[in-house]
Amino acid sequence: MQTFSGVGVAPGRVLGPVRQMPKPVQEPHENVNIPADVTVESQGQRIKDAAKAVQAELRARAATASGEGKEVLEATALMAADPMLVKSAIRLLSPEAPGGARTAERAIWEAAATVADSLKALGGYMAERVADVLDVRARIVSELRGLPAPGIPASDVPFILAAEDLAPADTATLDPAKVIALITSSGGPQSHTAILARALGLPAIVAAPGVDEIGDGTEVYLDGAAGTITVDPGEELRLAAKVWATQASTVAAFSGSNVMADGFRVPLLANVGTGADAVKAADAGAEGVGLLRTEFCFLDRDDEPAVAEQIAAYGAVFAAFPGKKVVVRTLDAGADKPLPFLTNADEPNPALGVRGYRTDLTSPGVLERQLRAIAAAEAANQAEVWVMAPMISTAEEAAHFAALCSTAGLKTPGVMVEVPSAALTAASVLREVSFASLGTNDLTQYAMAADRQLGPLATLNDPWQPAVLQLVKLTADGAAAASAGGAARPVGVCGEAAADPALAVVLVGLGVATLSMSARALAAVSAVLATVTVSQAQKLATAALAAPSASAARQAVRAQLPILDELGL
Amino acid sequence: MSERTATIASRVGLHARPAAIFAEAAGELDIEVTIAREGEPADDAMDAASILSLMSLGASFGDVVVLRAEGAGADEALDRLVKILETDHDAE
Repeated sequence: MQTFSGVGVAPGRVLGPVRQMPKPVQEPHENVNIPADVTVESQGQRIKDAAKAVQAELRARAATASGEGKEVLEATALMAADPMLVKSAIRLLSPEAPGGARTAERAIWEAAATVADSLKALGGYMAERVADVLDVRARIVSELRGLPAPGIPASDVPFILAAEDLAPADTATLDPAKVIALITSSGGPQSHTAILARALGLPAIVAAPGVDEIGDGTEVYLDGAAGTITVDPGEELRLAAKVWATQASTVAAFSGSNVMADGFRVPLLANVGTGADAVKAADAGAEGVGLLRTEFCFLDRDDEPAVAEQIAAYGAVFAAFPGKKVVVRTLDAGADKPLPFLTNADEPNPALGVRGYRTDLTSPGVLERQLRAIAAAEAANQAEVWVMAPMISTAEEAAHFAALCSTAGLKTPGVMVEVPSAALTAASVLREVSFASLGTNDLTQYAMAADRQLGPLATLNDPWQPAVLQLVKLTADGAAAASAGGAARPVGVCGEAAADPALAVVLVGLGVATLSMSARALAAVSAVLATVTVSQAQKLATAALAAPSASAARQAVRAQLPILDELGL
Repeated sequence: MSERTATIASRVGLHARPAAIFAEAAGELDIEVTIAREGEPADDAMDAASILSLMSLGASFGDVVVLRAEGAGADEALDRLVKILETDHDAE
């Protein structure tokens, strides 16, 4: 029985066949010597046949799709065997072509690049089609090489998707009815794969070396809480998967009011990006929104969205939570979320660059207009709107942000605590604002000096690191000091740490007042918190803080929470 | 050589779905049809069955284009294609 181990990022015990994500298509070499017996005619025919085959496959997929997806696939199918594309590729096969004869693979590669460049130059809608042309090109080259088509494999039966790592573009078409779990050989707990898995409620393990070499169709068992993958599992594990399937349905629902064993209330909120997300979160019982990521309204844009457009986007979220709290995070651009009109792509060190609140330094006005839009959307709805700035490092910045909020007519300003300096000086920072929210993903990356996206640093990039827990405690203690004699300044958590039920217990024990997470995680976190009292949570928090390592902290806490194993979390 | 002019009737212009419908219809014909903007030389005309060419033509709502074809059935074929261009496919 072969086993692999990695970092479990989303719980669940499942059994299924593995399908490998095809590797990205490599650029065909130029200047390849073409054997004398290979004719331009035979290569031209290969290009035509490959283009037709790709077109047929895309048409077959279009036939089973619906709506906008169907239209996109139909248009892409037409591009695949486009006569202009095929003809210009065939012209490049000839020894008389500029630069001499090319292989069929190289010819289609270059012909499509020329088309892509000209579409890009046209801008607007045409430029958006560049990705389709390059997708078609990758498919034709794979077809010519006899390799599987790029993208998530098609399958009639549900499968476990294995990959080196997954990019947002790979997962846009992921069908949760077909993909039952994700395993990757690289990537960390905050990687795109991990965030996606939690959002979709798929068990997932990252940074498990070797899983990208498991053969297609091999049956494996995986435990997303333990981080283990077992090839050809025995009876015992098969039973464990069956038991999980029944248990999963019992923790599938959240009552909409989170109460601990002693009756203490810790509101569970949802992280959302759009009005549609907000409706789903409200349906899942979320007691409000702890993190509205406003950059989704800005991404893929060449310029700043108009105030009216922003009002509509935020209003759609507020409308889903009448009378409830919605915490809006102002634009968090930069680092892994570049925006052409705000951020500079040439920074040598973007995670330490002009990002988040700091873009107000280089592009003043954008933040003020956003605050105005938030205030207008609040006025038109019944939600209780709180606003916080990301990447605040000093009390001075907090004060400036609070002043901007006040000018815009927003009553509850707050800060994200994700830079260690803000945690260390929490009392001064919190005196300037009404609340704080810990962004544990970035706080971990900055405290440990470990890039969130790097697989080899996955063990450093773990919110269970005692240093990170120490910063959480400092923030909660600082907020309590700042609140002394005045209004309470609550500290919430809106990073992925809040979605880990065992860590949620520790966070509450450290003094965190609210937890915000993917709507999918609400039920599991609530089920575990219901079995613990505040004083038990405080004891577990003390144990975690005193642990010598992240894994020791995790083990010490999990050992005291038998409910986790009962529920397979 | 048969020739027809047509005015683009789709609000989004000759791309997205209208371009796909037109390219597909042109591709089903046995003869080659070319498309160019009105006033441009016939030598610069592009293959009407190529959705990528149609997109780079960038014809907007209200623009006039010229279709050309040769051979048996050219007139009937061009009449059919003109009809497609002069239909507002977004309104359907």
